[in-house]
Amino acid sequence: MKLKLTTAALAALMAAGPAMADLVFPSLSYRTGPYASGGIPFADGYADYFTLLNERDGGIGGVMARVLECETGYNTEKGVECYESTKGEGSLVYQPLSTGITYQLIPKATADDIPIHSMGYGRTSAKNGDVFSHVFNYPANYWDGASGAINYLLESNGGDISGKKVALVYHNSAYGKEPIRTLEELSAKHGFELLPLAVDHPGQEQKSQWLQIRRERPDFVLMWGWGVMNQVAIQEAANIRFPMENFIGIWWSGSENDVLPAGDAANGYKALTFHGVGSDFPVFDDIQKYVVDAGKAAGAGDQIGTVLYNRGLYAAMLAAEAAKKAQEIHGTADITAAMMRDGMEALEITEAKMAELGLPNFGPTFTVSCANHGGDALVGVTQWDASAGTWSLISDFKPTDQDVINALIQEDSAAYAAENNIGSNCN
Amino acid sequence: MPEQLLFAMEVTLNGLMAGVMYALVALGFVLIFKASGIFNFAQGVMALFAAMTFVGIQNGQVPFSHLINAIFGTKIHYFGWELHSMVAILLTVVVMIAMAWAVQRFIFRHLVGQEPIILFMATIGLAYLLEGIADLMWGAEIKKLDVCLTDQTCLPQGINLAIDETTFNLFGYGFFIDNLDITATIVAIILVAILVAFSQYTKQGRAMRAVADDHQAALSVGVSLNYIWILVWSVAGFVALVAGIMWGAKSGVQFSLSLIALKALPVLMLGGFTSIPGAIVGGLIIGVGEKLFEFAIGPMIGGATENWFAYVLALIFLVFRPQGLFGEKIIERV
Repeated sequence: MKLKLTTAALAALMAAGPAMADLVFPSLSYRTGPYASGGIPFADGYADYFTLLNERDGGIGGVMARVLECETGYNTEKGVECYESTKGEGSLVYQPLSTGITYQLIPKATADDIPIHSMGYGRTSAKNGDVFSHVFNYPANYWDGASGAINYLLESNGGDISGKKVALVYHNSAYGKEPIRTLEELSAKHGFELLPLAVDHPGQEQKSQWLQIRRERPDFVLMWGWGVMNQVAIQEAANIRFPMENFIGIWWSGSENDVLPAGDAANGYKALTFHGVGSDFPVFDDIQKYVVDAGKAAGAGDQIGTVLYNRGLYAAMLAAEAAKKAQEIHGTADITAAMMRDGMEALEITEAKMAELGLPNFGPTFTVSCANHGGDALVGVTQWDASAGTWSLISDFKPTDQDVINALIQEDSAAYAAENNIGSNCN
Repeated sequence: MPEQLLFAMEVTLNGLMAGVMYALVALGFVLIFKASGIFNFAQGVMALFAAMTFVGIQNGQVPFSHLINAIFGTKIHYFGWELHSMVAILLTVVVMIAMAWAVQRFIFRHLVGQEPIILFMATIGLAYLLEGIADLMWGAEIKKLDVCLTDQTCLPQGINLAIDETTFNLFGYGFFIDNLDITATIVAIILVAILVAFSQYTKQGRAMRAVADDHQAALSVGVSLNYIWILVWSVAGFVALVAGIMWGAKSGVQFSLSLIALKALPVLMLGGFTSIPGAIVGGLIIGVGEKLFEFAIGPMIGGATENWFAYVLALIFLVFRPQGLFGEKIIERV
């Protein structure tokens, strides 16, 4: 009898198969502090997409996804603490959501064999996977953004902006200074004059910069801002009556948060993007049905379709697709962070795949490889309609000047490799 | 007139206006420090809290709605009304008075006689507490701030066309002065006049001054310290509301509004922690100084000089006059 019971128990255990752990996706969110208004929608979008996969599809490859949220307050030290406290939970990929945190995590995550996805921020030269084995910044980076803005100006000015003056209003930090080198190269190539104007953190007082813009009368203004700096800049631009259609912000200066405080005066303001805007995509019907209506939304459900919610959702979708790829490559649903890295390096986003996911034309198509961790660097432009209260995509996702950018990436990543004694990852 | 001189004049005028905005924040610090010797680290957060409360009340937002919805499974966010700005301001003042009472009743009443550093630490705690309460009450999203007397008369923003045209006719170059800055200047003048009149000509004002001069002596003649400190925190709350509205009109009401306190510190160092006129004069000097420095020297050294230059200017004053321009010299005998 004892033997029979033991045999039955063993058989039941074998039939059940190995117990699957959750697929853990840490979310280094900032729902508090001065930048909370930007952090909340991103975190909601990131969490809601994984909730959708769990509720609708039963997880990823049959394994449930678990979002492990840790509050950073957009503070670098807290971000590193979050990383240290969550990496042991089987975390598959980190989205640091801050250039400062990304810089701190690059050596740590590489040593721990955990990939980082810094989508549209972080260290631009991490695109070179030959040096940065565990850092990915697809589908676009800051330098792609700088080139995308100039390309858009070229396109809307008959291909010639020589002799024009382009001002860059930037946050006086490593993040804000990122595009300067690229813009200097592009200035030499296309013959426009670059006027960089630094704004001190946090950017609540920008009178000096906008008085200078009023005096210098640039033809176009680009902005690399974040947080309150964006809202004040847009209001100041309206105050001096700078034409909004000639004012273009990077994607971190292009959410509803940035334009709403200025009201009608912000009408026509433009921003770069690497993903779609609005909620007119099939996936949002599923989000409503399986997540919001089921009472499982991460937030109040009032951020759906906003720019930063969509960015969080897009980041989650890319992470989920990379996890699927990793499962496919390694033949197991229960993947590790190292396997996730392989999945990210083999990621291919096609239009057919986007349509299948309920996100047709939502983002650019791109392919990741060992040498190219940044994708195909396609950038679009959006424009704010103040009366409708909506952003519209006014340009397709278009190529950027990789001749200029790749040279800069090679230079910067080679310096990093030499400094840190890093060999080739791809040979 | 040379072009650069015209630009410098425009920058100076804008510096004066910016200085008034800094002084609005500094005034709240001065009021509390003068009456109680507490350096109120929470003054910036009070401005944030006041502005959020004003917008929330005006827009009919249900306070703590996220918390209520999470606990009871409801979906309430708004009462469905839109209040007149003046009514919202009055109700916000009531909330700030309640906050002043709570601060006194639950924090500072228990810390009477403690070292200034303990009181300062308590205000740091208060800052975080208030920030958390503001988040719970009104949410973290950015809110547009509108203060309107009538449908047509709202807080103005943008270039003042009269000044632009007049200066253009005079010099051939139109000066840019923001209408919001002009309004802030008028509001600041009225506010200072009210504060001075209140402290000079009312019984409560004289009691406030008595407490500021000597707590023990004021107590001995029957002045209630509790009452006066609630009064002082209420007045500082009102000043925070004015500062919050003026700064919030520029950027929307959001959590970084609390960082405006950083702009007030050099003003206080320069003008003195105990002088209302000092806060105004300090603000004007810092405003003009930082704007002119950025205009003349900034482009040569990469710009973004305003934040650090304000502190350097204040430090230079500190070396020669530690109590600030108008502050009282503190002599402690051992």
